[in-house]
Amino acid sequence: MNTPTSGSQYKVIGTRPIRHDGADKVTGKAKYGADVKFSKMLYGRVLRSPHAHARILSIDTSEAESHPGVFAVITTTDMPDLVDKMADLGEGVVNMAHLGDNVLAREKVLYKGQAVAAVAAANVHIAAEAIEKIKVEYEPLPAVTWVLDAMHEDAPLLHDNVFTDDMGQKSETPSNVDKEIHFLKGDVETGFAAADLVVEREFKTATVHQGYIEPHVATADWNEDGNVTVWTSTQGSFACRTQTAEILQIPISKVKVVPCEIGGGFGGKITVYLQPVAALLSKKSGRPVQLTMQRDEVFEGTGPTPGSFMRVKLGATKDGKLTAGEAWIAFDAGAFPGGPIGPACMCVFSCYDFEHAKVDGYNVVLNKPKTQAYRAPGSTHAALACETVLDELAEKLAIDPLEFRLKNAATEGTRRVDGPVYPRIGCVEVLQAAQASDHWNSPLEGPNRGRGVALGFWFNCGLKSSASAHVNPDGTVTLTEGSTDIGGSRASIAMQLAETLGITAEEVNPQVVDTDSVGYTDVTGGSRVTFATGLAAYKVGLDIEHQMTSRAAALWDCPPEQVSVESGVYSHNGDSLTFAELAEKLHATGEAIVGRATVAPDGATNGFGVHLVDVEVDPDTGKTTILRYTVIQDAGKAIHPSYVEGQMQGGAVQGIGWALNEEYFFDDQGQMKNASFLDYRIPTFLDVPMIDTIIVEVPNPDHPYGVRGVGETPIVPPPAAIAIAIHNAVGVRMTDLPMSPPKLWKALSEQS
Amino acid sequence: MGGLTTLSGFEYVAPTDLAAAATALRDAGGRACVLAGGTDILVQLREGMRAADLVIDVKKIPELLQLDYATDSGLCLGAATPCYQVNTTADVAEAYPALVDATRIIGGWQIQSRASVGGNLCNSSPAADSIPPLLVYQAVCHLAGPEGRRSIPVHEFCTAPGQNSLQPGELLATLTLPPQSASAGSAYQRFIPRNEMDIAVASAASWMELDDSGSTIQSARIALGAVAPTPVLAEEASQFLVGKAPTEENFAAAGALARQVASPIDDMRGTVEFRVHLAGVLTQRTLALAHRRIQES
Amino acid sequence: MAKKTHVTTTINGEETEFLCEPRQSLLEVLREGLDLTGSKEGCNNGNCGACTVMLNGLPVDSCLVLAVEAEGAEITTIEGIAQQGHLHPLQQCFLEGAALQCGICTPGFIVGAKALLDRNPNPTEEEIRFNLAGNLCRCTGYDKIVRSIQEAAERLQSAT
Repeated sequence: MNTPTSGSQYKVIGTRPIRHDGADKVTGKAKYGADVKFSKMLYGRVLRSPHAHARILSIDTSEAESHPGVFAVITTTDMPDLVDKMADLGEGVVNMAHLGDNVLAREKVLYKGQAVAAVAAANVHIAAEAIEKIKVEYEPLPAVTWVLDAMHEDAPLLHDNVFTDDMGQKSETPSNVDKEIHFLKGDVETGFAAADLVVEREFKTATVHQGYIEPHVATADWNEDGNVTVWTSTQGSFACRTQTAEILQIPISKVKVVPCEIGGGFGGKITVYLQPVAALLSKKSGRPVQLTMQRDEVFEGTGPTPGSFMRVKLGATKDGKLTAGEAWIAFDAGAFPGGPIGPACMCVFSCYDFEHAKVDGYNVVLNKPKTQAYRAPGSTHAALACETVLDELAEKLAIDPLEFRLKNAATEGTRRVDGPVYPRIGCVEVLQAAQASDHWNSPLEGPNRGRGVALGFWFNCGLKSSASAHVNPDGTVTLTEGSTDIGGSRASIAMQLAETLGITAEEVNPQVVDTDSVGYTDVTGGSRVTFATGLAAYKVGLDIEHQMTSRAAALWDCPPEQVSVESGVYSHNGDSLTFAELAEKLHATGEAIVGRATVAPDGATNGFGVHLVDVEVDPDTGKTTILRYTVIQDAGKAIHPSYVEGQMQGGAVQGIGWALNEEYFFDDQGQMKNASFLDYRIPTFLDVPMIDTIIVEVPNPDHPYGVRGVGETPIVPPPAAIAIAIHNAVGVRMTDLPMSPPKLWKALSEQS
Repeated sequence: MGGLTTLSGFEYVAPTDLAAAATALRDAGGRACVLAGGTDILVQLREGMRAADLVIDVKKIPELLQLDYATDSGLCLGAATPCYQVNTTADVAEAYPALVDATRIIGGWQIQSRASVGGNLCNSSPAADSIPPLLVYQAVCHLAGPEGRRSIPVHEFCTAPGQNSLQPGELLATLTLPPQSASAGSAYQRFIPRNEMDIAVASAASWMELDDSGSTIQSARIALGAVAPTPVLAEEASQFLVGKAPTEENFAAAGALARQVASPIDDMRGTVEFRVHLAGVLTQRTLALAHRRIQES
Repeated sequence: MAKKTHVTTTINGEETEFLCEPRQSLLEVLREGLDLTGSKEGCNNGNCGACTVMLNGLPVDSCLVLAVEAEGAEITTIEGIAQQGHLHPLQQCFLEGAALQCGICTPGFIVGAKALLDRNPNPTEEEIRFNLAGNLCRCTGYDKIVRSIQEAAERLQSAT
């Protein structure tokens, strides 16, 4: 497996070594958040609101406190008061007062499942019994769970201190609309006037959840010296440290976050829920406390992605040139302000070169769990709307859908509606690769079958990463990094260091360490780790190589400039030493060699992908079967192709679930009716075919190896591609996610 | 949240004979649960949908773990015999294909290693996969209680969602299914949005026996699931087929008649309209499959 | 605290005794009592398969088995799949085939796949998907899991 691609300029990059943490993960030895255990550790449970909207009148914990086996009970009275303060968590900014309320509700509960109190006891059974003994008196208030309803003037108001932020201007009166966004490029009236055809459609999407298999978990130990250690499953140990310290109102230096192995996140494990609560329970009981969510708590108490309402209007000329685009997007934020409305507005027209475009976005609070990032947050919704309307234009203009997209594709120099001008990007290349693919060129035959194609975009961010590495006498290098590894990033980062030093991937030993042991590192999110932490590893490599060169020069008694380095071999005047030979001499000749780097690359790495899907619809039941699926994506440079393919396949299947069956069912009281993996239907093994992948490599000019982020883009096109395929199979345009059997069957009944 | 999401304290016993189990069940006075595979009961206890001070594990009672089949006498199935054993017993699968259509889709393999047909019946869900097949095979339930034994036809067993005709202290011991002739065929299908790990939105089992020529339906039975408070026999649709040719037209007409039996509810799994429609579709499809199986055998 | 029951069982070939409350699941006792944390809790409801172990040779969700039911049983967990310091071909193929991303579902998949290959040494793609549909994976899209199981099946067959 470990052979370089023929003709590759690289020895390690582009190969498929076994991930360094692999053996632990296939033998059950890897320690995930719930696997840590300490002497005298207690187990906690959280009491959650049964109401979607209610005022808390009183909380009586006395009976729970006296329940045998209970060591501590906490409510917000045990939590410091928090003032409005914004903190940037890497994938979004959060108001600490709201975050605190989301961790434990203070005066009101704003969604069913919001945490209200917590217990620590000798075991989970006792803790579960004890929370039932906490008496909370509520005054139920009217609830609202649909975004357009929540925007009405007469809708129940969730917060009396949330005002609309309209591009920096604050509204006079409180509102459920916490944010408005308006982008304008050119003049849309002129643009639509120039069109031969204009299509406008409305779209709705249901609330969906990230659906990671590992529930949230945190273990905290509040030591007698005031230092707090938190072992947890998180996408960002430093983001967790910031939030935990802020909520507890203690200095961040008093909090150490130890990131455990993490069982999936997809954006949902950036914010804190349990960590500060576990810390407070530990403080009160004087023992380590572990809190683990049950699956229904994950669905009801943690961040899904917004439900949305969108209207998109596009105009084009007869020969297929887009003349104007207009989008109106309303997202539900869940119970507290914030959410991906910004990215949605930036992404909706991001794949195309528009002369005239206008985007209006609204972010709306309502009585659902606070939304969190979910893989390319906002872009999947937006792509459904834009790509579906675009497909209808292409169909009516009788232009091939890939040709139509190519005629309008964004390229280097295209200015997006929200302002930025693209550097070198791979939008055209992924479309061309789709055109050349076996899938596109294979006929699809049979009744009720159709093919869909959709294009998608995600920015991929840079942010901050730190890393260091030390050279061992046996020629290996131990790499210390702060990016939690959700999907093989230890390997992709170690491979970049190995490539830089001219050693093998196996000769690098990557370690993900706690917040006291590495420099600040932002979250594993934004498809940034292989790019940014990889960049840090590259710079660590340069630093080590520089020091190794000096050491070689000292050995050979020559100036360092006269030592040449080629593929890990250090040479001077006929003398040469491999990296390992030189490493062996380090102890005898001087100090140890430690390389370090910290980076904060600006801007986006711009990932584009095209998905092709063939479906068959059962017209008698409305059920859609995915027959064939191909993901084509620009990875810039695929460091470990297997894990790049894995991201493409996994994102596509999450998108298939979103498209076809995933949704929160709420009753009219705002109660979720399907908070289990039985009724919240993520795709099973039997629901999807093999997912073919085509990796396109248009190197990113801002990375030494050309890396672009790959993790998020793959979830963007699937709902759009499947909606288009369904249309091509049975002739109906589905504009409402999920396109579940009852909905599609009804649409087919109404059509005939 | 749904109850404690943990199990309350209870005692556990695993009697080795049926009389002891029945006595324990009676003595607990309604505060006992019978544990076969546990794949429903443990979830219900954990979610607070049921409460128990005593759990009676019946998997140590040999009679309840039977799987006896003979061509001339039919099938005797212990109430706790796991689905997986039914699925993998070739002659049973061949004789009762509709039953195996159901037992191989009750949960995934992990569930089928534990869950039993008897447990599925006693849970008495309107959507239980194995009940429509039991109805079309005219299975008989053999019950044991403190007062002795009795047998009832399976169509008298379920009385309402989650309710059945088991008396206090009574438990299901075995199910018997009559022998099947070579001219009989059967099939079960359900509709679910995914392809596995789901609860039926609607389901149907069909059974038919052809005359010697193979061109006329001599006898037919259709049963529906998830469209009424209990799984139900579609008598009129079944009678309609008697004496008719096994054609798609007749299957479609039977499907239309079967829909009249459907009186479903609206819930997150499906609307009334959708479920009634599916009852017809699944009736037609299972009749066609049952017929195809006769032809292929 | 409730009275505890003494259970004798065989786990990964070793006779094991433990005390448990009747309400404790096998999963809870494996993880909390016996420190066998390789079996994962994903849903505690039999819907995700992350806690899959073999009970008398058949895969079960250990969250839906009471620990007291393990009396006299033979249990295999993920910790018992590698033998004498060597990875099982399934484990090796999962690594080579990149069949895991976060890895939380991996123990359940490997135990389930082992149960499948024990009975069906050469399963088709459809048989793999059908028999392991009780194991959810949210990261991989399942593609590389199918391929890795097929590769392991080939290696096991060519080794015999």
